[in-house]
Amino acid sequence: MDVLDIARWQFGITTVYHFLMVPLTIGLGILVAVMHTMWVRTDKPEWLRMTRFWGRVYLINFVLGVATGLVQEFQFGLAWSEYSRFVGDVFGSLLALEALLAFFLESTFLGLWIFGWGRIPKKVHLATLWAAVIGSIVSAYFIIAANSWMQHPVGVVTDDATGRPVQVDFFAVLSNNTALAAFSHTIVAALMVAGAALVGIGLWHLRKRKLAGAPTTDPDHHVWRRSVRLGGYVSVAAFLLTAVTGDYQAKLMYEQQPLKMSSAEALCTTEAPAPFSIFAFGKLGSNECDEVHSWTVPYLLSYLAHGDFSTAVPGVNELQEEYSAAYGATYPDDPSFGDKAGEPIDYTPLLAVTYWNFRLMIGMGMVSAAVGGYALWSTRKGRVPTNPIGVYGSVLAIGAPFVANASGWIFTEMGRQPFVVYPNPDVPREDQVYFFTAQAVSPGVTATEVWTSLIGLTLVYGALAVVELWLLTRFVRRGVTTSDGAPTPGHTPEGSPDDDVSGGADVTPGSASTRRDSDDDVLSFAY
Amino acid sequence: MDLQTLWFAAVAVLWTGFLLLEGFDFGVAALIPVIGRKAADRHLMLRSIGPLWDGNEVWLITAAGAVFAAFPGWYATWLPVLYLPFVLVLFGLIIRAVAFEWRHSHHTAQWDSTWTHVITAGSLIAALGVGAALGGTTLGLPIDGDGIRVGGAFAGVTWSALLGGVALLAWSTVHGAVFLALKTDGPVRVAARRFAVRWSPVAALPLLAWAGLVHLRSGTFVTGALWLVAALAVLVSWTRIRVDREGQAFTAWAVVMLASAATIFGAVYPVVVVSSIDPAFSVTIAEASVSDYTLTIMTWAAGVGLPVVLGYQTWTYWVFRKRLTAEPETPHTEEPVNA
Repeated sequence: MDVLDIARWQFGITTVYHFLMVPLTIGLGILVAVMHTMWVRTDKPEWLRMTRFWGRVYLINFVLGVATGLVQEFQFGLAWSEYSRFVGDVFGSLLALEALLAFFLESTFLGLWIFGWGRIPKKVHLATLWAAVIGSIVSAYFIIAANSWMQHPVGVVTDDATGRPVQVDFFAVLSNNTALAAFSHTIVAALMVAGAALVGIGLWHLRKRKLAGAPTTDPDHHVWRRSVRLGGYVSVAAFLLTAVTGDYQAKLMYEQQPLKMSSAEALCTTEAPAPFSIFAFGKLGSNECDEVHSWTVPYLLSYLAHGDFSTAVPGVNELQEEYSAAYGATYPDDPSFGDKAGEPIDYTPLLAVTYWNFRLMIGMGMVSAAVGGYALWSTRKGRVPTNPIGVYGSVLAIGAPFVANASGWIFTEMGRQPFVVYPNPDVPREDQVYFFTAQAVSPGVTATEVWTSLIGLTLVYGALAVVELWLLTRFVRRGVTTSDGAPTPGHTPEGSPDDDVSGGADVTPGSASTRRDSDDDVLSFAY
Repeated sequence: MDLQTLWFAAVAVLWTGFLLLEGFDFGVAALIPVIGRKAADRHLMLRSIGPLWDGNEVWLITAAGAVFAAFPGWYATWLPVLYLPFVLVLFGLIIRAVAFEWRHSHHTAQWDSTWTHVITAGSLIAALGVGAALGGTTLGLPIDGDGIRVGGAFAGVTWSALLGGVALLAWSTVHGAVFLALKTDGPVRVAARRFAVRWSPVAALPLLAWAGLVHLRSGTFVTGALWLVAALAVLVSWTRIRVDREGQAFTAWAVVMLASAATIFGAVYPVVVVSSIDPAFSVTIAEASVSDYTLTIMTWAAGVGLPVVLGYQTWTYWVFRKRLTAEPETPHTEEPVNA
């Protein structure tokens, strides 16, 4: 493989991996903040226990998101320096604003929340968590605005001297319709990840407790029951919202990147009305669209693309010719294109990747919603399901929205190839800003170097995944109960949380020093 | 002052902020094997930076982000030249970050000691690497007229990069010691103070050498004066720590970095990547910068955002200002999590 291919694999692996942590951080962050708010409002012990339990799951996961996020910021410069030069006037400022306006908020206030139990007033302490969660959401907005600018560049003109885009309207970049669609879709998809975790883990504990004959009146029972109910509602509602936002996004993409969408359907020739493909067979991997056949639902694609049952949807073959005519049939014979110089350009993204990832995203989303529905039904009116298929299926289905998130991003990023910055069709051809992925890679970096980092990062990431899964599983299985150990000296058992934590309500920072050294109590929650 | 100069200054401030803040948590981690003899001491040392390291590290992310945002030509030259060294720094930062959080998620002596070693190793790698990267960009990297590296994968690791790496690590270690003397009590405080008294004059030498070199090459009267301030601050810090004035010693030791960084960035201006092949190949702010429009947007955002950030970070330090002491009972046994 040449540098370009290795660098693309590296970006793909590190980014998909990073995005396993991100939706859980965003989704669970919101839900933990809701739990903490409920505890502050109602003073019910189960809300406190839920905050602590899910808060720790959130934190174990959070740090891996931070650590792998560092790689994200640096790898644009490391392996993609020509991309960084080209988009510098727009892209870099969004990353810097993300750090300045979001990451500081997130990390500083999360530190305050973790170590602030009993040190700062109760409501201020709650506000620190909300500040951190808002930081995560703002950071998602900036990075998605940056990504959406690559999908649909707005607010720029081309500098004649350098050929690079120059920003002329920052607010157009921030209010890019592509960004608004992708942001809303991403946030609700993140909530699906959190909802599935609440459902799967909650049902597992409820079943275990019931089989062990544990009482249904103590706070721990309520912890799991409330978790399942909350998770179930969130799963179903968030799925409906992903459908709404996804539909809006798809209609936009039919205008902005028609090839991405027609590849997602393996729609070879323009059809009016166009059918929706349920299952494709034939040689999808050959990238020869005409060798693909599918089972279809008539009219549906026209509806999904344009909102009616008759409008034509352009096919891959026609679009390929259209793009070849507009942007060239071959790459320019220029050293900046590396091995690709002078080669023919395939404007059709890999059909097998776009087609199946699109279906995987939708399918896994549906699985998750169905499990959410099952959870609500099976726990109605105080019931506790013990059916192992239902409960263990729900545990397994925790993975479904992760897969849906990953495949959605793989679809949207692979679907814009061969461009890294996709030409905006709303702009006249001669004013369009676009950049091929083949031009983007760092010219001075060798294949050996990128292989080294790719293998190194993959191994480290793999090892970290093993440890993280082991820690999370162990922690989650243990649950919230205290039965397996006597409380350590200086630590109040959780049965009387008032002594331990809600005392924070009237503990001002000034009086913190008069308390017995309470850091270990705090740490026992934090870490 | 034009916008490019303003942003050169802003980037310098962000890097300096990062060095001042993350410097002490690098230093505390580096000192764990040196003065953290007992488990309780090591635990205390880690607790002193526990709530702070993550917020400190965001300064790095913001500094690097600001380099990309204001000077993409700097970002896109600097990182590929030092490709593998930067990847190594990322490894250091990754393992360090997860070790901070995961150390407490399981409770055996073996587990604890493993992750403590990882924190130390990751911090050493990161401090050396970031110092080397800054040393390289201000003293000289082997780049040609297109900003592309001349030589193999490690051609960027020159004597100047090594000087930068050693300078940051040595300064950070003493910074960590003074921080521990200021923030803790008991045996750790005593050992940290002893370390700082013994090593602070020596530990400042590589940093002063780095700043002095940049000044000699392209400095002005002002950078010369700043260098003298840095040298003087070493003496002040040393005399203050000897008489147990830890707060003053900490401030003076921070001034050592502040004045050195000001010397380095002030003298190297307006160059952002110095070429060791030919000065004509060096990248300047004018070549590396984004448009004035984008710089204006960023100036507004930073003008509003940065004071707010400084405000709430200061508040965090205020909340956690209390001096820490080790628990009398050792080793530290934590109860199962939400127990």
